[in-house]
Amino acid sequence: MTRPGGLSTLAEHKRRRIDELTARTAQAGGVSLIRDAGRRLLRNPTAIVGATIILLFLVIAIFAPLVAPHDPVQRFPELTQDLTVDHIPGPTAGHPLGSDPLGRDFASRMVYGARQTLFVGVLATMIGLLIGVLLGAIAGAVGGWVDVLIMRFTDVMLALPSLLLAITLVALARESTQWTVIMAVAIVNVPIFARLLRGSMLAQRESDHVLAARALGVKRRDVVTRHMLPNSLTAVIVQATLTFAVAILDAAALSFLGLGDPDINRAEWGLMLGVDGVRYFEVRPELAYFPALAIILVALGFTLLGESMREALDPKNRR
Amino acid sequence: MLRVVSRRLVQLAITLFALMTLVFFWLRSLPGGPVDALLGERATPQTRELLTKALGYDQPIWVQYGRFLKNVLTGNFGNSIRTGEPVIDVISRSFPATAELAIAAIILAVGLGVPLGYVAARHRGRVLDNATIIVTLIGISVPIFFLGYLLKGWLTQGVHLFPPSGRITTGLDNTEVTGFFVLDGLLTREFDASADALWHLVLPAVTLATIPLAIIIRITRASVLDVLDEDYIRTADAKGLRNPTVRRRHVLRNALLPVVTIIGLQTGALLAGAVLTEKVYNWGGLGTLITDSISGSRDYPVLQALILLAAVVFILVNLVVDLSYAVIDPRVRVR
Repeated sequence: MTRPGGLSTLAEHKRRRIDELTARTAQAGGVSLIRDAGRRLLRNPTAIVGATIILLFLVIAIFAPLVAPHDPVQRFPELTQDLTVDHIPGPTAGHPLGSDPLGRDFASRMVYGARQTLFVGVLATMIGLLIGVLLGAIAGAVGGWVDVLIMRFTDVMLALPSLLLAITLVALARESTQWTVIMAVAIVNVPIFARLLRGSMLAQRESDHVLAARALGVKRRDVVTRHMLPNSLTAVIVQATLTFAVAILDAAALSFLGLGDPDINRAEWGLMLGVDGVRYFEVRPELAYFPALAIILVALGFTLLGESMREALDPKNRR
Repeated sequence: MLRVVSRRLVQLAITLFALMTLVFFWLRSLPGGPVDALLGERATPQTRELLTKALGYDQPIWVQYGRFLKNVLTGNFGNSIRTGEPVIDVISRSFPATAELAIAAIILAVGLGVPLGYVAARHRGRVLDNATIIVTLIGISVPIFFLGYLLKGWLTQGVHLFPPSGRITTGLDNTEVTGFFVLDGLLTREFDASADALWHLVLPAVTLATIPLAIIIRITRASVLDVLDEDYIRTADAKGLRNPTVRRRHVLRNALLPVVTIIGLQTGALLAGAVLTEKVYNWGGLGTLITDSISGSRDYPVLQALILLAAVVFILVNLVVDLSYAVIDPRVRVR
């Protein structure tokens, strides 16, 4: 069934596609992948939407004292007087979202919640990233039994589903504080970053630029820190952006399971949703709706940005 | 094939051994050690000493470790601190509930996810595709316990479409055979029990399936799009193949490989999701057991066994997935 005509058009089509690609690359004037990716990112509406959401919540978090109508931990007599187990006051003058179960201004707690939630998410992601990158870099750069040991260690951690591992870690800590939650969520992500970085280091070890640096007599430490790590960074940043969304969801889940921060003054969306939100769901579902909506939006923002970053950095999509 | 299986089983054993060792030493590095964990901090020195002796914690750590390994290998995980029953009994009683829930969820996720992902890919860039992408993105961003409460609040309170909690209506005199209530009803011809159990299963299964469903849709869509770009599809197009069966065979079968991988990985995530879902619906399976074992004083013997069980299930499922590659795609030679 081979038709010479058909085959030649197919080959022609391929050749044309390659020519097109080279022409485009030439036109771009040899822009680096990152700058190229950045330009594509700015043209991608998905990325813009994600970045806008994150920026919005970041502004709210930074200027929380200016945005919030009240102090988030103060109990208001006008709210507590109507407060019973079966009734939590809704919006009134001066309290746009009504009260929380302790007679505090719910709107202010939502605003300050941006601060705490981003704090937990960013810190958990950063700690996980730092430990993971360090382990991955060591495994990839040193190799040998160190590599085997670190990789077996990540295997053990990956043998448990992430939330289950986080639950285990908090449970083993005996009592939970805000830091237990942050550390548990952080450690869960360590093996992901470690494997990511190791893979990238291994791929680079035999690449031309590393061989060149070694041939020039650059010290081994400098080869790793100056020539290999920067090249792995983009993948790590993409992963960190995606991890953030998972981190705040995991933190919320831990709160729901009663393993969260025990501080009743702490205004964090995961805690607000996982503790009061579900406990008073039949009395006043808004106590769950607002923090849940905020968590969904922030998680969505980071996922959108992370995915479009990954797409933009993929050399397959270079034009 | 046999060599692959045996090598993977050895790997499984090594991973479990490492996990057990970590858990063992971690528990003993806690301030006060397991005795405090058992008795709480307010126990008298006498009871503490008695228990230390009784449990053998006065012996060298290596002796303890050796005995711990031996116990685990013989399936002896000790007794639950909360109820005093053997851990193995507690776990085997809760296991069918979670397995039933997880199987229902994975059937939902795969049964809906693969067709939806395929349809979305075939409508690339159109309204249907974009809507699917948005919905799946929201799906992976929702805290699933919140979704559970939402479904429960909307569908069980005002309208009473579904039962709000539990696995079966209490007082319904159903015979337990396997512990899988839907299956039990069919086996014993108590079809009303089967229907009732199925009715109870709907909301928890939907809740638990949300995240895997969203992920499977996304992976299927991406994978189908990749395959649609392949030369052999262009060839099929060029030949004028319009028969839907042929198209499906060309496209779906080749697109299935990454989907199967994800299904394996999501099975692990189901165990974690079950902890949340079971708490929402008061399901009474392994997830409930985990929640109960960590609330208040920690039930370490139960937790320890559950951790190992979760790891075994996760690794075994992924082994099966790896092996199924060879069946789906003859080009893959399992190494």
